[in-house]
Amino acid sequence: MILNATFLSAFLGVVLVLILPRRAEHFARWIALLAALAGLAFALKAFVGYDQSAGAPHFQYVTRIPWIDALGISFFTQADGISLILLVLTGIIAIAGVLFSWNVTRRPRAFFAFFLTIIGGVYGVFQSFDLFLLFVFYEIVIVPKYFLIAAWGSTNREYGAMKLTIFSVAGSALVLLATVATYAVSGVHSFDLLVLADHARVVFPPAFQIWAFPAMFLGFAVLAGIWPFHTWAPTGHVAAPTAVSMLLAGVVMKLGSYSALRVAMTLFPQGLEQWRTVIAVLATIGILYGALVALAQRDLKFVVGYSSVNHMGFVLLGLVTLNTIGLSGAVLQMFSHGIIGGLLFAVVGRMIYDRTHTREISALGAMGLSKALPFAAFTFTVASVASMGLPGFSGFIAEFTILSGSWKPFPLLLIPTGIGVVVTVAFTLRALQRSFFAPKEDGPPNPAAHHPPFDPITLAEKLGACLLMATTLGVGLYPKILLDPIMHSFGSPLMHQLIREVASK
Amino acid sequence: MNAEAYIHLLKLLAPEAILVVTALVVLGLGLSPSSERMRPLLTRLTLFGGLVAASVLYLFSKNACILNGMVVLDPLGRIFKLVILGLGLITVIFSAASPVRRHYAEYLALILFSTVGMMLLAGTEELLMIFLALELTSISLYVLTAYLKDSTASAEAGLKYFLIGGVSAAFLLFGLSLVYGVAGTTNLRALVAISPALAGDPLMLVGIVLTLVGFGFKVAAVPFHLWAPDVYEGAPTPTAALVASGSKVAGFFILAKMLALGFGASVGMAAWSQFRPGWLPVLAIMAALSILLGNLAALVQSNVKRLLAYSAIAHSGYMLLGLTSASEAGFTAVLFYVIIYALTTIGAFGVVSVVERRRGGSQLQDFDGLHKTAPGLALCLLVFLISLAGIPPLAGFFGKFYMFSETLAASGKGANPSMLWLVVLAIALNAVSLYYYLIVLKHVFVAKPAEEERVKAPACGPLIAALALSVLLLGLFPNVLLEPLRAAVKNYTSSLVLP
Repeated sequence: MILNATFLSAFLGVVLVLILPRRAEHFARWIALLAALAGLAFALKAFVGYDQSAGAPHFQYVTRIPWIDALGISFFTQADGISLILLVLTGIIAIAGVLFSWNVTRRPRAFFAFFLTIIGGVYGVFQSFDLFLLFVFYEIVIVPKYFLIAAWGSTNREYGAMKLTIFSVAGSALVLLATVATYAVSGVHSFDLLVLADHARVVFPPAFQIWAFPAMFLGFAVLAGIWPFHTWAPTGHVAAPTAVSMLLAGVVMKLGSYSALRVAMTLFPQGLEQWRTVIAVLATIGILYGALVALAQRDLKFVVGYSSVNHMGFVLLGLVTLNTIGLSGAVLQMFSHGIIGGLLFAVVGRMIYDRTHTREISALGAMGLSKALPFAAFTFTVASVASMGLPGFSGFIAEFTILSGSWKPFPLLLIPTGIGVVVTVAFTLRALQRSFFAPKEDGPPNPAAHHPPFDPITLAEKLGACLLMATTLGVGLYPKILLDPIMHSFGSPLMHQLIREVASK
Repeated sequence: MNAEAYIHLLKLLAPEAILVVTALVVLGLGLSPSSERMRPLLTRLTLFGGLVAASVLYLFSKNACILNGMVVLDPLGRIFKLVILGLGLITVIFSAASPVRRHYAEYLALILFSTVGMMLLAGTEELLMIFLALELTSISLYVLTAYLKDSTASAEAGLKYFLIGGVSAAFLLFGLSLVYGVAGTTNLRALVAISPALAGDPLMLVGIVLTLVGFGFKVAAVPFHLWAPDVYEGAPTPTAALVASGSKVAGFFILAKMLALGFGASVGMAAWSQFRPGWLPVLAIMAALSILLGNLAALVQSNVKRLLAYSAIAHSGYMLLGLTSASEAGFTAVLFYVIIYALTTIGAFGVVSVVERRRGGSQLQDFDGLHKTAPGLALCLLVFLISLAGIPPLAGFFGKFYMFSETLAASGKGANPSMLWLVVLAIALNAVSLYYYLIVLKHVFVAKPAEEERVKAPACGPLIAALALSVLLLGLFPNVLLEPLRAAVKNYTSSLVLP
């Protein structure tokens, strides 16, 4: 039940925000903050209480209630280390998201209601072990995103919102198709992932897996920003209000990669075997392409948007290595990019754009931001350094592990991936240097340089930024805190079968 | 027929009789010169009669089958009669504030008459009775559609509905006469016994196809859908709500029953490029066309009622798809979905009628900024449209999921189930449908309102809220409706086992 308390607190928050009278609408953010804090508290409690001793069960906190008998659907939630890590991530991002939208004064009730709905849906996905239930939570996330971006967004918001929604819906249509077909073909009258995975090799004929796997995997991976279906990510991220960019990059993209691992890969092992190389190649293209395109951007938020495509490429590559090293790296990278991506968007969207009203790198450079907004410059530097994968931050551990894991299965892909890593450093440093530490120009005076003094960075922003920076630093210095539960989860029948079976060939 | 049989019949049809009496009383009161002032009284009287009929139906009715299947009452029929009656009464509540100014009493009476027709339809297993009940429903609906005397759109819609409906009735009657000619009986249960012997009979097949054409008109399936957009747009909104909900429920209920019973043996096959004659390929083609055309045409609509009409066509397609499963579970899924659909769509029409009254139209722009002027209504409309788009946790999602799953499961367990092509089409276009629902919701939630002031809640506000809540709750706990329905269908199919 402690797991369910995470999404229940979010949905309770939605109800409370909705019934708030109009006079008291500025309390909406407090309710949202409380709901987010409660969610993180429950997630952390579950994380700390996860028993990792050798004989302990891999799945803990099991709740199983029959729900819809007609289709054999049950309300089935539990967690292993992977789920718990992502639940904690969701909690952290939720709090940071609320803190960074503390200045939302236009229709705050609707804003925080949609925001908490997404949070609740995300919590739900990370703990569902019934395919139907998982899909329900997965879909809950889609519609609120549209309204948050279309109503509170910035640049080209209605276009960005609709594009993002269409991509998400197309992806989930593929997932829905594969889900319905899985039920029809399996004939076991159940959506229990463990039961289905148990039957996977016996019941699902290869001719079925060969199309069901890519449908399911790609359907989820669209949300994870797999190349060439990533184009929603930059436009969507840029159009979204800060908190929503943080959510999108921080947790929503992880929904895709997590579900691809949890559902597509465990249910269709033979399909995975057939499509593995294709996915690895797409992931590598994503790494390289995301980095190169980010190098050419003039808008700082687009740089961060494409960097998400780049980092999520690592996750997907790690997933298909199918060995413990690569997979644990993928999970670490999900966590790490969640934190770092959230932090980058927070700086760009809230600290910078809300004050300067521009995101053009050249215009920002002329403002001397490192002097005008030192805290923002400091935070962005930390985030950039973490994003580049400097040792000591979470990004380094994650990407290093993924690269080590893919050495054996995909040696050739390491060359483009290595180039991608170098370009990542290049675009990150370029963005950092040109927008924050540009030297004073001697030419004609730039009009953008003469600006009214910016509002100081608020306490809420500082708290949110510190929370995220501390997390990435903490994990970078002591990765064992995440690696141990991940490793413990790999012993479960779901994962164990996946790893051993395919890696031995 | 002796007196005892009449009393028995009256007992069985007591709810319908109560409705007819109520309608006559309302008509009589409407003759009085001060009928305009009696509007609230007439509405209340109608509702009272309806509630009495519903409680009689719910509390006192017994299962029976008399006059050779002319009038039947079983658990399944009872559920559907209650649903239809409920939808009729919701329509009455919407009418209380409708643009219908003149002859209000007659308007209410006609709603009751069409409700009686639909209820009779849900309680018969006799081809002739099916035809008569359909006609009673349709003729009342024609008049209800053309009710706005000073609106040319309403007159045009009524005429169109009447002409196309008349032709469809001819098709239906011709089809039924062929079936009777081949089988020698008009009783559906007797047809069950005979139909295996007639499975390949060409004349029987022609009869079946013509019957399906007739029903295609009733449920607005492509290519027999031409009346729907005009009727939804031109008719008084309560009428459109009834056409979209009650008439659809009754139509799909009787269609499912006829397919399961009378035509059971002439199934045919509709696997991709392996068609074999029977009702299955006909349904599959109608389903595919309806899903395609309904969803694509809805994309370009600028009037919300017209948009709902095309969405209704698409939903007919989904439900026809469910019927192609030709299995008990599949029929249960369709019957479940049609109830959910009716609740959702009547709620959406409720919101539209409120907006229409305030802004004088139902164009997309008229919905601008509804979140500001009527936040409750906006939230309800969100629930209805998102449910129609099939997004969880609302009831529309589970309904579709159940229908698609059972259809696919019924069509084979191999790597490629035979109805896969249709399910792929349906899921793909269902994803497209979210686009046009979001366009409406964008006007509601994102666009700036034309006028700033907040309006006070409409009288039917609580009803719309209750409908929205039921759509949400049925999505979270579908068992509440699904389990009784499953039991009723099971009871029904087990009664079909031949002695």
